[in-house]
Amino acid sequence: MNDPLIIAGRSFSSRLLIGTGKFPSATALRECIEGSEAEIVTVALRRVDINAPEEEGILSAIDTDKQLLLPNTSGARTAEEAVRLAKMARAAGCEPWIKLELTPEPRYLLPDPVETLKAAETLVKEGFVVMPYIQADPVLAKRLEEIGVATVMPLGAPIGSNRGIRTRDMIRIIIEQATVPVVVDAGLGAPSHAAEAMEMGADAVLVNTALADATDHAAMGCAFAQATAAGRMAYNAGLGPQRDSAEASSPLTGFLFD
Amino acid sequence: MGLYDNVSAADVDRALQAEERSLRDLAVLLSPEARPSLEAMAREAQRLTRWHFGRTISLYAPIYISNLCAADCIYCGFAARSGSREKRVTLNIDTIRQECQALAAQGFQNILILTGEAPKTVTVDYITEAVAVAREYFNGVSVEIYALDEPGYQQLFEAGLEGTTLYMETYDQETYHKVHLLGEKMDYDYRLDATERAGNAGVRKLSIGALLGLSDWRLDVLWTALHARHLQKHCWQSSISLSFPRLRHTPERFTIEHPVSDAELVQIMLALRLFLPEAGFNLSTREAADFRDRLIPLGITSMSAGSSTRPGGYATYRPEDVSCNTGSGRIVLEQFEIDDTRSVAEVAQAIKTAGYDPVWKDFDRAFDEE
Repeated sequence: MNDPLIIAGRSFSSRLLIGTGKFPSATALRECIEGSEAEIVTVALRRVDINAPEEEGILSAIDTDKQLLLPNTSGARTAEEAVRLAKMARAAGCEPWIKLELTPEPRYLLPDPVETLKAAETLVKEGFVVMPYIQADPVLAKRLEEIGVATVMPLGAPIGSNRGIRTRDMIRIIIEQATVPVVVDAGLGAPSHAAEAMEMGADAVLVNTALADATDHAAMGCAFAQATAAGRMAYNAGLGPQRDSAEASSPLTGFLFD
Repeated sequence: MGLYDNVSAADVDRALQAEERSLRDLAVLLSPEARPSLEAMAREAQRLTRWHFGRTISLYAPIYISNLCAADCIYCGFAARSGSREKRVTLNIDTIRQECQALAAQGFQNILILTGEAPKTVTVDYITEAVAVAREYFNGVSVEIYALDEPGYQQLFEAGLEGTTLYMETYDQETYHKVHLLGEKMDYDYRLDATERAGNAGVRKLSIGALLGLSDWRLDVLWTALHARHLQKHCWQSSISLSFPRLRHTPERFTIEHPVSDAELVQIMLALRLFLPEAGFNLSTREAADFRDRLIPLGITSMSAGSSTRPGGYATYRPEDVSCNTGSGRIVLEQFEIDDTRSVAEVAQAIKTAGYDPVWKDFDRAFDEE
C-alpha cells in the first residue's frame, strides 16, 4: 500500500526519523541509517562544521542522495541563536529545512515554548520549512500551525529518558486537532513505543538515544522501522480505540432488556 | 553520627535501586560499605551516562597563559611561596596566539585558559583579550582563573566565554583557611559564590570540584554534590560539570593527609554519577594514561589531552626546545606534572578503542551574543 509521509509537499516512504547524537562512531550511525532505511536524518549544527566536515564525522554517514539532512538548532537558548544557526546552515548549502530545538535548560533539554514560537515566526517568514520540537501542548501546536510550521514534534518523554509515551493524553489531542503531520519526538526507548505512537495516529516518530545505545545498530534501526510501519498499518487498518481499563464482562445495564 | 556512618548492606541495595537518589543515598554509596557493590554501581553509572550523553567523549586542552601567583596555597606548585626557582611569565597576546595556533593545528575546538591568582597583574581586561583571541581559533573557550565579581564574568561572557572551571579546593572551612595563606583566595565565601555569579552572568558551562586529598574526601564530595544541585536550581540555563582533581604531586612542604586511592576515586565518580545523572564529568591529564582509559566507560564525558601546564608550553617555552630557556637560564614553571603524556591523536584513538566517539566540536559561533 502506498502511504507516503508528506511534509511541506515532499514525499517520504519511511515514517521513522533518526537523530545522530550519541552514536559511538560514524560507522555505527551509517549502519543504523542503512538498517532503518530512514529518509530524514537530523544533525545538531553545534556538533558539526557544516562548511568543513570532519572526515570521519557525523556528516560522512549521511548520503544526501538518499536522505534529507535535517539540521537542528540543539543547544540554542534563544530565538535569535536558533535563527542564526538556521541561516548559517542554509548559507552553507543545506536545504532550507530546520528542526527547531530551543532547550534553554540543559538537564532535561525541555523545549522553551516562548522562544520556539518566536523563532518559528521568523523562520517561516524567511522561507524555511520549520519543524519545531515542542512540549506535548495542544494549544502551542495550534499556534505554531497558524504561523505556518511544516510539522509539530511533541515529546513523548524527556530526551534520552527511554520512558515511552508519558504525554499520551496530550499527544492524542494534538493528533486529533492537527492539520500538519505530527512527529512524536523524544523518549521513545523501544520499538514498541514507536508502534504505540503510530497506532495512536502519529504521522511519524523520531528516535535517537535508543538507536545510538544499541549493540547492533543496523538491527535496531530495522526493528524501529518495522515497528513504526506496523503501527502505521494498524492505524490505517482501523485499530479500535484503546482503553486504560478492561471492559466489564457482564453488562451493567443488561437487566433492562432481560 | 555522620551522614555516612552506620550504613548497612540493605541501605546500599536501596541506594542502588532507587530511581531518584537522596543525599543520604549518596552518602551510603560513598561509604566503605558500598565498596563490595562497586561493579553494580559501575553498571548503573554507565547506563545513566549513555542515556544522557551517549557514547561520546569531548576533547579539550588547557592553555596556561600565566603562572604568576599572589596566593599561597601550600599544596600548589604555582604558590607565591612554593620555593620554586623556575621562571614566572605572563604570555603576551602574540604568544597566546601562537599557543592557540599550535593547538588548533592539532584539531582542538575546545580549550581552557588558565592563570594563577594574580588579579592585580593578570587583570580581567588581559584575560578578556586572551578569550577574544582564542575565540578566533576555537568554538568553545572556557577559563580556570581566580574568582571574579559578576561584572567580571559578564565582560568575559561578552568576549565569547563558554564556561568557567573553579574548584572550591575544599568545602571544609577550617582546612580551607589552613592551606590558603595569602591573597584574595583566603576569602572562602567569595570563592564559594563565584560560580553562581558566573552563571548569573550567562556563562553556559559551570565546572566545579574539590581538590581531593586536602580534607575528608567523603565530606568534600557530598558538599560538591550539594553545590551542583544548588547551581542547577539557581543557574537553570547553565550545564553543571564536575571534575575530580586528585592531589598527587605536591611541593615538598605539603604532605597529603587524606590520600584518595584509585578504587576510592572510582567510587567517588560512580556515586556522583548515580546522584547527578546529567552532570558532565571532566578528566584531566593529572591521571595516568592506563587509568584514564579505564575510566572512559564509567561516566566520563570530557577529557583533556596532549596537555602542558607550563605557560607557552605548546609553541614557545617547550621543554625540548632551547627557547624554553628564557634567557635567564631558567625553565618556565609548570603547575604540576602531567601523568598522561600521550598526544591528542593517541587519546582520541584510545577513546575509539573503548567504543566511544571523540567529540571535537560541541559549541557554535551562532551562540555568541551579537
